[in-house]
Amino acid sequence: MKNMKKTTKNNLITYGIVIVAFVVVQLLIMTGNISSLLEGLMVPLCMYVILAVSLNLVVGILGELSLGHAGFMCVGAFSSAFFSLYTEDIITVAPLRFFLALLIGIITAAIFGILIGIPVLRLKGDYLAIVTLAFGEIIKNLVNVLYIGKDENGLHFSMKDAMSMNMDAATGKILINGPQGITGTPNDSTFSIGIVLVLITLFIVLNLINSRDGRAIMAIRDNRIAAESVGINITKYKLMAFSISAGMAGAAGVLYAHNLSSLTATTNNFGYNMSISILVFVVLGGIGSIRGSMIAAVILTLLPELLRGLSDYRMLIYAIVLIIMMLFNWSPKSIEWREKHLAFLKRNKEAKES
Amino acid sequence: MSFISYLISGLSLGSVYAIIALGYTMVYGIAKMLNFAHGDVIMIGAYVALMSMTQAGLSPVIGVLISVVVCTVLGVVIERVAYKPLRNAGSPLAVLITAIGVSYLLQNVALLIFGANAQSFPSAVKWSGITLAGGKLVISGVTIVTIVACVVIMAGLMLFIQKSKAGQAMRAVSEDKGAAQLMGINVNGTIALTFAIGSALAAIAGVLLCSAYPSLTPYTGAMPGIKAFVAAVFGGIGSIPGAFIGGILLGVIEILGRAYISSQMADAIVFAVLIIVLLVKPAGLLGKNIQEKV
Repeated sequence: MKNMKKTTKNNLITYGIVIVAFVVVQLLIMTGNISSLLEGLMVPLCMYVILAVSLNLVVGILGELSLGHAGFMCVGAFSSAFFSLYTEDIITVAPLRFFLALLIGIITAAIFGILIGIPVLRLKGDYLAIVTLAFGEIIKNLVNVLYIGKDENGLHFSMKDAMSMNMDAATGKILINGPQGITGTPNDSTFSIGIVLVLITLFIVLNLINSRDGRAIMAIRDNRIAAESVGINITKYKLMAFSISAGMAGAAGVLYAHNLSSLTATTNNFGYNMSISILVFVVLGGIGSIRGSMIAAVILTLLPELLRGLSDYRMLIYAIVLIIMMLFNWSPKSIEWREKHLAFLKRNKEAKES
Repeated sequence: MSFISYLISGLSLGSVYAIIALGYTMVYGIAKMLNFAHGDVIMIGAYVALMSMTQAGLSPVIGVLISVVVCTVLGVVIERVAYKPLRNAGSPLAVLITAIGVSYLLQNVALLIFGANAQSFPSAVKWSGITLAGGKLVISGVTIVTIVACVVIMAGLMLFIQKSKAGQAMRAVSEDKGAAQLMGINVNGTIALTFAIGSALAAIAGVLLCSAYPSLTPYTGAMPGIKAFVAAVFGGIGSIPGAFIGGILLGVIEILGRAYISSQMADAIVFAVLIIVLLVKPAGLLGKNIQEKV
């Protein structure tokens, strides 16, 4: 253990946290010490962790504010759910079908990441943020007017309504039904699959950060002009971070789509509200800290559920907790106060480390 | 004739966006922060006006005045409690997230007090409007008042910022906070004043918006808030004429898109136009493109 590099050790700790959490939850489920409500929250929890970690790649490592992350999730969710539904009769082995759906979701989202990234990454700062927001909203809006059905003649497609697809009435089956979305997706997501995806996401991101490419990306974040002048290809690395992040958001979308039997695109799941919630995880967990965004995602997802007993007041308390945590974490005055009064905590930690 | 009437309702909606965007852009220009809670201040303003008109039975003019006062105080309090401590924080994202927290807070407070059901908003403008071209073209009173209010507010703001002492202080703070402080300008006071003006405009926008689209829920402010943010960026964030032009264009595009292309895709069209404009002019229509120096 001692000869290991510090980053390797840190990464192993991160994986360890995930595995220990998984084992503990599995034990709780087996012994029946967990409410069914909380048990049902486990797959979304994995999804939020993946989303937070992948957004941190853009916000923390690349240093660009993206407000359209839910859009990529939407692409992943709809493309994979469409695939699963379309091949439900052809591929009957559920794990294989889910694996293929996952690949399709990730690849489609990553392609969207590249397509959107090329124009978007030319912009800077708040302009980039608003354009990602705009793309996210456009994706959500387009999905809501998309109709796809299949019959014996093949696929039919329309942007107006289900009738104008001119499907064969006897064998026609609507796969994507505009605002009603996709219904009847096979429920293939499980907590174990979710955890495996979380581990893969962490593995990719943590390795990327500590690689040559990752350092190039961080160099762009810290000083674009200096990075450019030492020969780093800005566009290439920006696109790389952006599309990897989009692909992982797509994976989260696949998880989401196969956890519910009906999939619709609304503001709360694939719109601006979702993108903002993911951003909250990232900033609260610490920008650039992968483990932090993981923990923040878990706490903030569980918090409203744990506060459920307070019914009407829970979102109010959530908002207040969010504001207070931000003030406590980031305000220069509170940092000063913490250094003065909580210095002993730090000293203990330093003593342990040395 | 239908084109002209669509155009006029587009101008009216655009005027509301412009009033909201003016608040956004002023706050951004001075505090360099995106105030995501701005849309929810609009909603609070509309509820206050609604309560004073229906529950207290006051006249619309007094209702609007009360709403302006309440929102002004609210804006200043929000700035003092939630944003000021984070002004020198390590990351500009910190205050953005706090603003999101404030936005959730306002929505949920409204949800607890007024409930989730949509309340119908009596028009604050009693005038029925004018009829032109022998009854073919009817322009409602709300539309006229909205457009006039927007133009007056925009002209007033321009005068205030260019001519008055406080306006000069605002421009100085937005150029360089540190240097402004050295020149003896009360930076905190100036920022508070900006929030006060922005929130007062939000109250007016809320009443006008709900007079034209009379259904009020705790989430009413969210979408116009985002659209106004888009409008502010569209015109070049930080620029007052930019916010005005951006708002008007956005409203017109939205209504014409809804009428002639597709009602479901109106929002997508608005956002697509924004993307195209930003790709051609990366700093918005009237924004200054600052060249980076080493």
